[in-house]
Amino acid sequence: MTLSQDSKIPVTVLTGYLGAGKTTLLNRILSENHGTRYAVIVNEFGEIGIDNDLLVESDEEIFEMNNGCICCTVRGDLIRTVENLMKRQGSFDAIVVETTGVADPAPVAQTFFMDEDVRAKAKLDAVVAVVDCRHVLQRLADTEEAEDQIAFADVILLNKTDLVTADELKAVETRIQSINPYAKRIRSERCAVPLDEVLNRGAFDLERILSLDPHFLEEAEHTHECGPDCDHDHHHHHHGHDHGHDHHHHHDHDAPHSVKSVSMTAGELDPQVFFRWIGDMTQVNGPNILRLKGIIAFKDDPQRYVVQGVHMILEGDHQREWKDGEARNSRLVVIGRELDFDALEVAFKACEA
Amino acid sequence: MVSVAPLDPGGFVVAAAFLRGQPAFASGAGAVLLLTDAGERRIPVHDGGLLVACRTLEGDALLSGGDDGTVRRLCADGTVETLAEMPRKWIDMLAAGPQRAVAYGAGRSAFVRQSDDTVKDFSQGRAVGGLAFAPKGLRLAIARYDGATLQFVNTAAAPQLLDWKGAHKDVTFSPDGKYLVTTMQENALHGWRLSDGQDMRMTGYPGKIRSMSWSAKGRYLATSGANAAIVWPFFGKSGPMGQQPLQLGARGDQVVTRVACHPHEEVVAIGYQDGLVLMARFSDGEEVLLRRPGEGAVSALAWNDEGTQLAFGTEAGEAGLVSL
Repeated sequence: MTLSQDSKIPVTVLTGYLGAGKTTLLNRILSENHGTRYAVIVNEFGEIGIDNDLLVESDEEIFEMNNGCICCTVRGDLIRTVENLMKRQGSFDAIVVETTGVADPAPVAQTFFMDEDVRAKAKLDAVVAVVDCRHVLQRLADTEEAEDQIAFADVILLNKTDLVTADELKAVETRIQSINPYAKRIRSERCAVPLDEVLNRGAFDLERILSLDPHFLEEAEHTHECGPDCDHDHHHHHHGHDHGHDHHHHHDHDAPHSVKSVSMTAGELDPQVFFRWIGDMTQVNGPNILRLKGIIAFKDDPQRYVVQGVHMILEGDHQREWKDGEARNSRLVVIGRELDFDALEVAFKACEA
Repeated sequence: MVSVAPLDPGGFVVAAAFLRGQPAFASGAGAVLLLTDAGERRIPVHDGGLLVACRTLEGDALLSGGDDGTVRRLCADGTVETLAEMPRKWIDMLAAGPQRAVAYGAGRSAFVRQSDDTVKDFSQGRAVGGLAFAPKGLRLAIARYDGATLQFVNTAAAPQLLDWKGAHKDVTFSPDGKYLVTTMQENALHGWRLSDGQDMRMTGYPGKIRSMSWSAKGRYLATSGANAAIVWPFFGKSGPMGQQPLQLGARGDQVVTRVACHPHEEVVAIGYQDGLVLMARFSDGEEVLLRRPGEGAVSALAWNDEGTQLAFGTEAGEAGLVSL
């Protein structure tokens, strides 16, 4: 199992509005000598002036499934492109997917969880949002997509910092922090950042988010939960569980429809109670949940359980043994809209064994 | 007695075919390994990767599409010609038609090139999943998002739209032209009886269906996507409707990735996730092991016209020729 996991191709998803600097970053990824061969999937070649036979243009194709389950919405063109790339295995090491400025990042991420063939060959490494510091506040005021992109991101590249004043930059950072305090933020001018800060992040930067092991996904199996009409295989990994406290809210009550987040902490959980709760909770709140990430301590379980989700999809598995002296606490971060965070915290706490 | 000759096609085997009796293995690395009487020849066909390949109806050439944006024809004598170009597109859909017509596509686009070099555009508003020619008349089926479109290539008649929600991928006509069947993004087949547009939904697969093959005289359609070859009956008035499929070559823990029906007998060659290949007889389910498990999933299977040899290839770049 470890072998097949290790052989999965890491995928970085690049989001950001037109003009934010995605193309500049892509040009760097394609032209710099960093020792990694990237296959790059773009929505149009546009200004990418580089001739590279692993550069492919792909028309965004959102596929909804017959069952109407929103977690089953995937990017059909990505499935196809990943399948095609696999026919050239050995000619590249990693994949970068550029999304259009107005794209909803969820179907892109879901593709890597939902499509069995893609899931078998590739794993989502990180979602990177490129933000134009001059225009982002206006974008956030105008559109939901801009907010979604920031909420979804594991890494946020604050670009064009040279074009704003220190106060303006601070306002941007404060606003972004209010949407997604868990992403790694990097300031840059013309996307001039070390690429290893952006690429090959080793799955979602959970280290920073939860101050835990960064190799979150590498040994994880995938599971997901779907609507009642969903006919995929559902597998769960259940097991055992004491308890804890303390939680942080990151939401401001002035903007009722905007994205907010919560980081919840509890002690050891009862797996049966937890799985039932999180399954039901994501079924009910799926459309409003943008990202969910957590590390769970189950009673009588020597291993940490990691969980992450996008909308209704949940995947999780044992990650590694708890270390001696490590606090056996459970933590869960939820980023979303119109969620009753207080109720979530009560419910999460109620999962304690 | 079964004998297997191992071969090295140089990469992920995208397709296998017999060109005038000579086995050919198309590799994702862009070359085709052709076994001629004079020995093995590795013939570069694409400048980048080769994504799709199929044999011409005449059986004398291999058509292929690549990420170099070309459609090429490798003739049985080893010569390569470029039939079409779509710069910067990855051509991953291909169908060989009557009168040497070739349908090809990428993304939302679909084109038919005829032997007089004319090219007609049949692009769709949404993703195209696959292309197939009807057995009679120059009629193209385009599997697409939310259904399939049937179009006569050389008449101005309006296309016939067959709608069924969801993303349709590969597409095939039954050899008698009565049915059209698609594989879907869901783990299901969809079919239409063309006389009246009646829908047929064939479900119950644990995995995606990536391979379909019609048996001799088109009596059955064999499919991958389960731990056995699922073989649907298409004879009788209403085809598979209300019928149970045969399940051949069932293995507890291995998924079928490729199927190829024998050209004359009611026998199917079945390739699995672990690289094993066997053949199974429809009448009694009797199995014959043809190849033991290898390094990768079986990705290509093809019989010669006589049904005496079976070419196979895997995702890990293994290939071989089984002589019966």
